[in-house]
Amino acid sequence: MKEFAVELRDVVKKFITPEGNELNAVDHVDMQIRNGEFFSMLGSSGCGKTTSLRMIAGFEWPTEGEVYIEGKPMGHTPPFQRKVNTVFQSYALFQHMSVYQNVAFGLEMEGAQKEEIKKRVMRALEMVQLIGMENRRPKQLSGGQQQRVALARALVKTPDVLLLDEPLGALDLKLRKEMQLELKALQQQLGITFIYVTHDQEEALTMSDRIAVMSKGKVMQMGSPAEIYERPRNRFVAEFIGESNFLEGQIKSLSANEASVFIPALNAEVTGTPASEGLVHGEQVFVSIRPEKIHLTEHSARLNTFEGEITSTVYIGSNTHVVVHIGDVRLKVWEQNRISRLEPSSFYTIGQKVDLMLMPENTLVLKKD
Amino acid sequence: MLKRLRENKSAQGTLLALPTTIWMFILLILPLLLTLVISFGKRSPDGEVIFTFSLDNYIRLLGFSSDCAGGQASCFDPLYMQILGRSLMLAFNTTVIVIAMAYPLAYFIARADPKRRNTFLFMVLIPLWTNFVIRVYAWMMLLRKEGAINLIIGTVAHWLGINFVPLELLYTPGAVLVGMVYEFLPFMILPIFTSLEKIENSLYEAAADLGASPFKTFLRVTLPLSMPGVVAGTILVFIPVMGTFIVSDILGGRQYILVGNLIQRQFLDARDPAFGSAASLILMVMTLIVTYFYTRKFGFGEEIVAA
Amino acid sequence: MNPHRRSPFILVAMVLVYIFLYAPIVGLVLYSFNASRTNVTFEGFIPSFSGRVVMDGSLVKSAPCGPFHWYCDLAKNSDVLEAAGNTLTIAFTAIILSTIIGTMAALALQRYEFRIKPFTQLSLYIPIVIPEIVMGIGILTLFSQFFGWFNGLLGLTGDARLSMGIVTVTISHIAFMVPFVTLVVQARLQGFDKAYEEAAMDLGANEWITFRRVTFPMILPGVLSGALLAFTLSLDDFVITFFTNGPGSTTLPIYVYGLLRRIITPQVNALSTVWILIVFLAVLLLQWIQSREAKPQH
Repeated sequence: MKEFAVELRDVVKKFITPEGNELNAVDHVDMQIRNGEFFSMLGSSGCGKTTSLRMIAGFEWPTEGEVYIEGKPMGHTPPFQRKVNTVFQSYALFQHMSVYQNVAFGLEMEGAQKEEIKKRVMRALEMVQLIGMENRRPKQLSGGQQQRVALARALVKTPDVLLLDEPLGALDLKLRKEMQLELKALQQQLGITFIYVTHDQEEALTMSDRIAVMSKGKVMQMGSPAEIYERPRNRFVAEFIGESNFLEGQIKSLSANEASVFIPALNAEVTGTPASEGLVHGEQVFVSIRPEKIHLTEHSARLNTFEGEITSTVYIGSNTHVVVHIGDVRLKVWEQNRISRLEPSSFYTIGQKVDLMLMPENTLVLKKD
Repeated sequence: MLKRLRENKSAQGTLLALPTTIWMFILLILPLLLTLVISFGKRSPDGEVIFTFSLDNYIRLLGFSSDCAGGQASCFDPLYMQILGRSLMLAFNTTVIVIAMAYPLAYFIARADPKRRNTFLFMVLIPLWTNFVIRVYAWMMLLRKEGAINLIIGTVAHWLGINFVPLELLYTPGAVLVGMVYEFLPFMILPIFTSLEKIENSLYEAAADLGASPFKTFLRVTLPLSMPGVVAGTILVFIPVMGTFIVSDILGGRQYILVGNLIQRQFLDARDPAFGSAASLILMVMTLIVTYFYTRKFGFGEEIVAA
Repeated sequence: MNPHRRSPFILVAMVLVYIFLYAPIVGLVLYSFNASRTNVTFEGFIPSFSGRVVMDGSLVKSAPCGPFHWYCDLAKNSDVLEAAGNTLTIAFTAIILSTIIGTMAALALQRYEFRIKPFTQLSLYIPIVIPEIVMGIGILTLFSQFFGWFNGLLGLTGDARLSMGIVTVTISHIAFMVPFVTLVVQARLQGFDKAYEEAAMDLGANEWITFRRVTFPMILPGVLSGALLAFTLSLDDFVITFFTNGPGSTTLPIYVYGLLRRIITPQVNALSTVWILIVFLAVLLLQWIQSREAKPQH
């Protein structure tokens, strides 16, 4: 077995828009997806994630570059000759066939024996807990059940790679959360590669071993959920995943793991960690810090500590969301409610002066574009 | 008054549907009932209807003639059964040929580039909406001894040095078949197209993804899902072919008689409305039976509205 | 997989079917320029214009309208003009009435539950599943029996008697047009979100204003395409008209049918060509309405 289940090498897909313009739906994308991993492509609609998936499945062919499956270049190999299977966003269940017939369809195409088909179909239906529904038509099933049929229909083919195109998009929130955990468990149990397309960052973070964050046809960052969240490499990723405060400034000193940035709005220097590649001395940059990573303290005089005034406070149960102004600079701060906030003398009131401490390892220095 | 109507939803519905319902009752249900009543009647010497209850007209249609050579009381005359059989066969043949011609075209249009799809459809609508009589006339011109078909074959034969006697194409059963196929082809193309167009692309992709070749995808996915269109088209073709009399009248000559011609002549030439009514009811019952069994087997699609 | 890949078989089949569809029409149009009066073989175009028609045997050598001789002839043919007038009068009258009552019925069937609903629905489906000739002779019988009874009752004689004519044709046309209008409008109503009407009522509009200002404008494209469809059905109808017309109510299809059984001059072809041209424009109009409907409105 090769190390990479699927590889995209310098893949470009051009489309002609209805207005007649050329559009790079996928723009020079490189991706290596390891065998057995749960890999997600995350981005908003039109970012190229679905097109990338469809090129792996074989529904589209790259305009430039090449898709490799198990190390073999795919060229114009049609979908029915690829060892990958897809769970469609719309499920694409055949309405004129029963659940059983839908799941058996792919095995019949392989020319499997009747007994063999029956055994494998029942095993697949068992896996997705649909025993007893074999003779129903897809229309007679709930959304969640239809989703399971689509899953069973793809899995029964024992693909090397399972492609999932927003498979949970049509389900309600509670069912979606359940299915997320089920899918993850199923993937670990089967040990096959899942490539999962979603626009839901929480979904991607929950399920994936690795995530590719995409925008405008390009991969913005690829890495584990923690890497993506803790070390976003650019402002897009920092903003798209979670929330962040951004301060504009200029690099005053720079080493491999520390940078000092002068923030004009604070009229002070902030020490942080270089997160983007290729930062240079004197460059205009963003300093990014997540709201939950700012410490609110009472007067202390340590590194990266600034005095501010609380201008708004919202209690949301597990956390308190506080807005602090340092001069004209507005910072969001989320404090976990480890202590009871029942008492009126609780910590935060509007107008209160507080010190904010930005830990250098959580204060990220990012390139401006 | 207005307030009560506002609250009575059922009365509102009845009021809205009433004009149409009355109209359809007077001009559809009532005539059909009248046809039924008259079919049990007799012809008076001056071509009027005598209302009575007699099964003579139906017995005559079934082939038991009371007008026999040699003074017999009754004898078997299969003339009307032959006409019925001929009409059924023609309707069947026309439908089969039309499906064979319409399906590839509908498939082509449904899978064409969306921008060009409308143009292709437009090209189907033009012959469809060109007048029925004019379309028969067009074939009359093509099929004549001096017509384009003989002209083309003759020219080719001349080049090849073969002696060619123009074919008698007009006034043959073949001419009627060609005319019927031409008249009703668009009625098959449109519903098949509609059902093919409704198939989502992701279904083709799913079939390919599961290992089906294009041919197998066609057999297992495309064809079954387009059956409602074929059924609707069959109804739109089979029923009118059974009742049409112009095509056979103009392309088949006086000798080629279908049920439609038979009925028409009873009303306008032979002046025997009672017998014509009986024939008309037999025709209606025959088409209803065929439609009923056919749709029960294959289901009845909403595609019928599309054409 | 390239979704637009097609097999050569389909391509060849498509070309052949289109040729089959258009060859007769092309022939028809070509012969409308025939110099030969008998129209048996194509003798070339009428070569030149002149003050009056010059004939050589059955060949037209020159004419005031040149190649368009038969079209000019057609324009002077009072029978054709009368038939065209009848056809349009019938179609316009029938379209107005059938659109109004058909739209009402569509609203009733789509929105309300009422006792006669199954009967209404059935009566709208029957014309689709019975041959037209059955309906035609049924209506003929109804009118002739009714007129016979009525004329006898009032002792009417001569021209005072009720008889078949433009009125019976129009009434009968409405009967087969209404089902189509209703089906098309009903299909349109199916996609109609009731929230629009609820919003209007919420904002203070009563039922009638809601219908006039909200519902009707929104279903108008459906009503228009239903009306246009029914209109072409009326123009095209032969069978029903054949059985319900009388003296002075000859329509174009009936007129052409009559000609086919007598001598055929290229005038028939000219008439057919004009007709095809009108149909072409009507279909174009219908497509335009539908494409406007399909586009999102801003």
